[in-house]
Amino acid sequence: MSLLDLNGVTLKFGGVTAVNNLSMSVNEGEVFALVGPNGAGKSTVFNMISRFYRPVRGKISFDGENLLNHRAHEIANLGIARTFQNIELFERATVLENLLVGRHRHRKSSLPEQMFFMGRVRQEEREHRLAVEEVIEFLDLQAYRDKMIAGLPYGVRKVVELARALATKPRLLLLDEPASGLSVEETQDMRWWIDDIRRQMGITVLMVEHDMGLVSKVCDRVLALADGAKLAEGTPAEVQSHPAVIEAYLGTSAISKTANAKGERV
Amino acid sequence: MDVLQLLLSGLANGCVYGLVALGFVLIYKATEAVNFAQGDFMMLGAFIMVGLVNPQFMGLNFWLAVPIALILMATLGYLLDLLVLRHMFGQSQTAVVILTIALGFVIRFIAGVIWGHEPQNLHSPLALGDVRFGGVVLSMADIAVIVVTVIMTMLLWQFFQRTKLGLAMQAASQNQMAAYYMGIPVKRVQGAVWALAGVVACVAGILYASKGTLDISSGFIGIKAFAAAVIGGFGSLPGALMGGLIVGIIEPFAARYLPAGYSQIAPYALLIIVLVFRPHGLFAQVRVKKV
Repeated sequence: MSLLDLNGVTLKFGGVTAVNNLSMSVNEGEVFALVGPNGAGKSTVFNMISRFYRPVRGKISFDGENLLNHRAHEIANLGIARTFQNIELFERATVLENLLVGRHRHRKSSLPEQMFFMGRVRQEEREHRLAVEEVIEFLDLQAYRDKMIAGLPYGVRKVVELARALATKPRLLLLDEPASGLSVEETQDMRWWIDDIRRQMGITVLMVEHDMGLVSKVCDRVLALADGAKLAEGTPAEVQSHPAVIEAYLGTSAISKTANAKGERV
Repeated sequence: MDVLQLLLSGLANGCVYGLVALGFVLIYKATEAVNFAQGDFMMLGAFIMVGLVNPQFMGLNFWLAVPIALILMATLGYLLDLLVLRHMFGQSQTAVVILTIALGFVIRFIAGVIWGHEPQNLHSPLALGDVRFGGVVLSMADIAVIVVTVIMTMLLWQFFQRTKLGLAMQAASQNQMAAYYMGIPVKRVQGAVWALAGVVACVAGILYASKGTLDISSGFIGIKAFAAAVIGGFGSLPGALMGGLIVGIIEPFAARYLPAGYSQIAPYALLIIVLVFRPHGLFAQVRVKKV
């Protein structure tokens, strides 16, 4: 069953068509990747799903709900969480505090109750803390729990951002280049985590990623974009060997060479 | 006794500076902008009370007028954000600062047109009577100012530490993009901050007007309150209050023990000393990380 559907979506910035008549659907429970050269429109697709941009044409729906009727701050409430290519954390707060902000949408008590820290609020706080501790354990962040974000290395921040997204308990997780800037070991960890996020937590994942090694290991399906339009869609192996994809990445001459070499790998 | 008397009356003045300084810090924490009209907000809040309570205007009961004035100032704060400041989104800090300075002029002008340019006295039940103990004389108004400021600060502290809205305000001030995707309606939250700043200014205004006369340039104590906020460490709520108290206490002591005129410059002299030796303020929350 498809969870997220894009139907004929087009977005223009002035005269530039950033995304052109794109249709795709992500099924519940799968890991789906968007790949393509820089400027292909991958992050733009993310920004439309999280309602930062509004497409000029087309429909985006999540679990039957028209996303275009919702504003950016309502997206989290529908059960969509995301990470950013250039990490967006609350810098002057600790790891724990960042994750607790992730629980924002689950806070139900009223302002006066919170002000005077009444029984129901205390109960709620305990639940939030528990939910956050589960995520901390899952991603091995115990050592950083009370550290300020401003002093943390890049690799750890990346994991904290993933943790904060998980703390919102989403149904769909958007990962914008989860492996960029990570070391080989960190990328390896990321791979297992994405696997577990899908298997143990049952969260559907849509990611943008350049590292084809990671993509082919964790993804069920891949969609290749170039200049805002769909080039190919299918399993990682299918998309990687698709002539249009090779052309977009390496240029036309590469394609004739491949053709000449017949069967030799590019 | 002399020292105690100076200390207590300085404390009462300092509370008013502290409340205006709290307004500065609130807006700064939540929107990274400095509202130089905060002093004029206070003046306006006080004049709204004068307009509601004094017999030559509407002559309402004081305790009935307080909530009305607070609601009016909250609405004004929210509308200012909605109609003016939200359109400054993406502009430089300087542009926002100049805009708030201009807002101050507009507020002074409008207040002058409505309530006149003569000094006014608020008919406040707080302004009656003195209390004496052990040779120290304190007016009821001074005591009320201190009590209300303490309560106000505690409530604000609770609000920012414990409530969903207070925490959302802090989150939105640190990273708007991330706040959006945690489900925080950033613009509405910032509007709420301006409303809150209006309420705090109004409380300060009512207390100020209960202590003495009020005129349309009363808002200039905002400059002293700004110095107080910087001394305390811009961005820290308890720092703002402490800064206000320090400035309030320094003034009467400088007036008593230093040559005439020095009390006027004492707060700013302190400001310079603090900026030289502790540029982040006395109670700053940020500690510079040394790499």
